[in-house]
Amino acid sequence: MYHKTLPYRIFSVFNYTMLGIISIVCLLPLFHLLMVSLSSTAPANAGLVSFWPVDFTFEAYARTFENSNFLTSLGVSLKRTILGTAMALAVNAVAAYALSKDTRVFRARNVYLWYFVVTMLFTGGLIPAYILILKLGLLNNLLALILPGLVTVYNIILLLNFFRTVPKELEEAAFMDGAGHLRSFFSIYLPISLPAIATIALFTMVGHWNAYFDGLIYMKQAEKLPLASFMQTVIVADNMTGFDVSVVINKSQRTIKAAQIFIGALPILIVYPFLQRFFVKGVVIGAVKE
Amino acid sequence: MKENTLRNDNLKAVRKSEKRKGYKIPWTLHLMVLPAVLLVFVFSYLPMSGIIMAFQDYKAALGFTGSEWVGLKHFRYMFENDYFVKIIWNTLLFACSKVVLNLIIPFTFALMLNEVRHMGYKRSIQTLVYLPHFLSWVILSGILIDLLSQTGIVNQFLMNVFGLDKPIFFLGDGTWFRITIIVSDVWKEFGFNTIVFLAALSGINPSLYEAAEVDGAGRFKQTMHITIPSLVPILIVVATLALGNVMNANFDQVFNLYSPMIYQQGDIIDTFVYREGLLSGQFSFATAVSLFKSVISLTLIVISYRIAYKVAGYRIF
Repeated sequence: MYHKTLPYRIFSVFNYTMLGIISIVCLLPLFHLLMVSLSSTAPANAGLVSFWPVDFTFEAYARTFENSNFLTSLGVSLKRTILGTAMALAVNAVAAYALSKDTRVFRARNVYLWYFVVTMLFTGGLIPAYILILKLGLLNNLLALILPGLVTVYNIILLLNFFRTVPKELEEAAFMDGAGHLRSFFSIYLPISLPAIATIALFTMVGHWNAYFDGLIYMKQAEKLPLASFMQTVIVADNMTGFDVSVVINKSQRTIKAAQIFIGALPILIVYPFLQRFFVKGVVIGAVKE
Repeated sequence: MKENTLRNDNLKAVRKSEKRKGYKIPWTLHLMVLPAVLLVFVFSYLPMSGIIMAFQDYKAALGFTGSEWVGLKHFRYMFENDYFVKIIWNTLLFACSKVVLNLIIPFTFALMLNEVRHMGYKRSIQTLVYLPHFLSWVILSGILIDLLSQTGIVNQFLMNVFGLDKPIFFLGDGTWFRITIIVSDVWKEFGFNTIVFLAALSGINPSLYEAAEVDGAGRFKQTMHITIPSLVPILIVVATLALGNVMNANFDQVFNLYSPMIYQQGDIIDTFVYREGLLSGQFSFATAVSLFKSVISLTLIVISYRIAYKVAGYRIF
């Protein structure tokens, strides 16, 4: 009924327009950057580019891909993302399966769970973590970027909550047929839980791709820097030396920086549509309690 | 049917025999948690023991066993330091404004989105506003630095349209820096924070609205008397859980946007720990500062989870 009243109609028009504007504003900065990266240097520096490229050219991208540092960093990031995600899935999913069992089946379950949850609440902090990596001799080693964050307690909890929704009868039938826990995990739980696993895989991938700080402190050689750390040093830290100076330095590089930022964001923009399908479900799963 | 009963009987028999055998230690399950347990031990519990550094004058050459014990010296120094008070204030200022705005804005946004009846339009809006959440602060800082620079598009817009006579120093002026930090955080996260409220909205019983409509309530009255009261519990949960985070003002964001000229107004605990510890090599002092932060955070988290459980029955597992 209310849909037809005049005040509601006026509100509706206002509401649709506002929401449209808000969502466009969310993307405008990224779009502007893309346009800068596609323009030639002079108009970009003069600030003539707004939301359409001026003197359209791919020069900035060509020059970015001529930069060997950029390419090696890209390689490090890809390796880290693929390896890190695969390992994280293996370790976390297997642990989540065991922890999803009842205390009647797995008496130590709650002890383990608290053991993990404590690390969510309290950490040693930056300096002890750094000293540990130093003492383990993992500086300049790709493992320093993967191992410390491999176990994600939040993801384990998310997964174990999902595993608990799998009907018990399926598992019982498998056990009747002589399957053990490993078999039941691989043949029943994994296939059923693909949406949840995919959610976590995508979240982990995005996390690895975006991580920059560990690379910054653990990688002392330039050729070992992941892309995000590389970009941090070139694009962002450049600015820390003081604003006035950097405006001058920035000017010649505006389009290249824009191109680099856009390339850095590209993988996220590519996986985002897939991610988006899953994560609403995933987040809701996380909210479902026993 | 007959086969089924047979299977059930079989199952009962198996269960009975299992019961008689008593509890068998499930080695496979222990083995399955083992990798995670070891990794957590090495990378989470070992660093916790490193906290003793905060009570020593840690020298890398001497190690934990050889370094001199100094008791609470670093903590005393911390509290006597005027700069430290400033950092706490900055941290709380950033974190609290973000918490408040990240509740109000997503809440309002979810209510607005709830009025959109065209599903395609609704979904496209959601897709667009969630996106910034997935971009890292390195990327977003790169964008913001370009956008907000003196020759950047924001300053150009302000000068051309609003007739501002000189560009604003967004990242170089203390007050503007603080505003930038808070606004850009909201810009990145409000869409994603909306999800929780949208999930709660979809759980409201439609018959409530039907009844209200029969009683002659318009959409505004329905929102005031049904929608908002239904969202209050989840609002309280989100607000309480956020309490545990007031010592976290987002390292990534501040680290990527600040510069020495605005340390006084922009430095937060985490960036301070990074500079004092890793850049200046004051391992013990930095650890003391971060321990202070961790203890307060832990207390707040425990309190907030207690409240969330009491008020709304919220549990993590």
